[in-house]
Amino acid sequence: MAHISMSLLHKSFGPKQVLRGLDLTVAKGRSLVVIGGSGTGKSVTLKCLLGLMKPDQGTITVAGQNVVGLKGDAQAAYLSRIGMLFQGAALFDSLTVWENVSFGLTHGNKMGRKISRREARDIAVQKLGQVGLNADVADLSPSELSGGMQKRVGLARAIAADPEIIFFDEPTTGLDPIMADVINNLIVDCVKRLGATTISITHDMASARKIADDIAMIYKGQIIWTGAAKDVDHSGNEYVDQFINGRADGPIQMDVRRG
Amino acid sequence: MNPFQPIGKLVLGFLARTGHLAMFTAQALGQGLAPRYFFGQIASQFFRIGYTSLPVVALTAFFTGGALALQIYMGSSRFNAESLVASIVALGITRELGPVLAGLMVSGRVGASIAAELGTMRVTEQIDALTTLSTNPLKYLVGPRIIAAVISLPLLVAIGDTIGIFGGYIVGTRSLGLNEFAYLKSTADFLHFSDITSGLIKAAVFGFIIALMGCYHGFHSSGGAQGVGRATTNAVVSSAILILAANFLLTSLLFGD
Repeated sequence: MAHISMSLLHKSFGPKQVLRGLDLTVAKGRSLVVIGGSGTGKSVTLKCLLGLMKPDQGTITVAGQNVVGLKGDAQAAYLSRIGMLFQGAALFDSLTVWENVSFGLTHGNKMGRKISRREARDIAVQKLGQVGLNADVADLSPSELSGGMQKRVGLARAIAADPEIIFFDEPTTGLDPIMADVINNLIVDCVKRLGATTISITHDMASARKIADDIAMIYKGQIIWTGAAKDVDHSGNEYVDQFINGRADGPIQMDVRRG
Repeated sequence: MNPFQPIGKLVLGFLARTGHLAMFTAQALGQGLAPRYFFGQIASQFFRIGYTSLPVVALTAFFTGGALALQIYMGSSRFNAESLVASIVALGITRELGPVLAGLMVSGRVGASIAAELGTMRVTEQIDALTTLSTNPLKYLVGPRIIAAVISLPLLVAIGDTIGIFGGYIVGTRSLGLNEFAYLKSTADFLHFSDITSGLIKAAVFGFIIALMGCYHGFHSSGGAQGVGRATTNAVVSSAILILAANFLLTSLLFGD
């Protein structure tokens, strides 16, 4: 049964249609990677899933619950089941690393109960350990960390409340290939440990192959191919072939200007 | 091209922005100021908006009080009315110059910094991250700034009023040769409690405007570093204009017949 289901999603910004009837389902415990070029609607899809944007049309159900247009406590309750790793990690500059990791536990009530700062710090240090960072970094400021370390802290924050669903937005963008592989391994480990359902968006095929059970290709606001990750190399879809092989020639013509 | 088209576009754009600001204000009041309160955030904003603005407000008030005493002395000496210096300095500082100058100085200092901070948080997705961590950004970011500014500004103005009157006293007695006792007596006799409270009411409104404009422009910043810079400028300009407009309105309401 589908854990996450999006049906006929439409989203426009003025005259620009970004999502044009997007359909996508993810089974419980599966890792889906959405691939596609820049400006094809990947980030907007994720923002609709998180409730950061409201689709113009269409439905999004998570574990059978319609999550479009949730507000207040209902939105907070929905988001308490979700972890999110942002492209640039989106760590809070004014807080230390451990305060960032435990933010959802101390401020967002993601544990469903009030916890002390000491308990929050202990959980944060434990989660930092799970992403390969030792307790020494807990009291540092995010600005004192490298890009790769910031991504790890972002991952620790995403898994801090043991969410049942995790979203990853371009998890390896801006990292060198070795650090990107480290992050990919950590994602696979963490997801396996939690048994979480995940949706990742990326245009990094090495990352997609590593973390995906299933792959979906988005093009012009629609899903044009879905299948098992192992089948992506012989999808029989010329758009997918062009994208995964990184060819300039093919049916996908890149817009030079944005918007 | 239709010559009315650009005018229509300008009017529609203005109305859209006004409506957007009105909606943000309603959300900031409805959600940002409703429980639950982040007391740590409120305390840190108090420090930032109130305490760290004190030197700027104090210096502005001191020199303004001194300059006011000089101007009034020079003007009133034409009519042999030098005895009015103390009372006019006190009234001018408490009713008008204290709150308005403090508001403008704080808007330049704090309004800009709020817009820059929230703008950076917007473009680096930190505000989105707050939402995904089940924390309402209006409650966590906007509410504490408004609360801290609305309480801090009257306190700053109260201190600024005292220092401004003191600045007038120093100039009046040391430079212009006015009698010290007569100066203090004149100040105490002419200054009414309502003169002080009207200035403090204005200060609270100015505090609200500064925090609201900083948060609004920061919250809706886009387009990277350039967008954050634009948000900062817009926050300072719009809050300065609104402070001056609100000052006129409040003066009419508080002192009008």
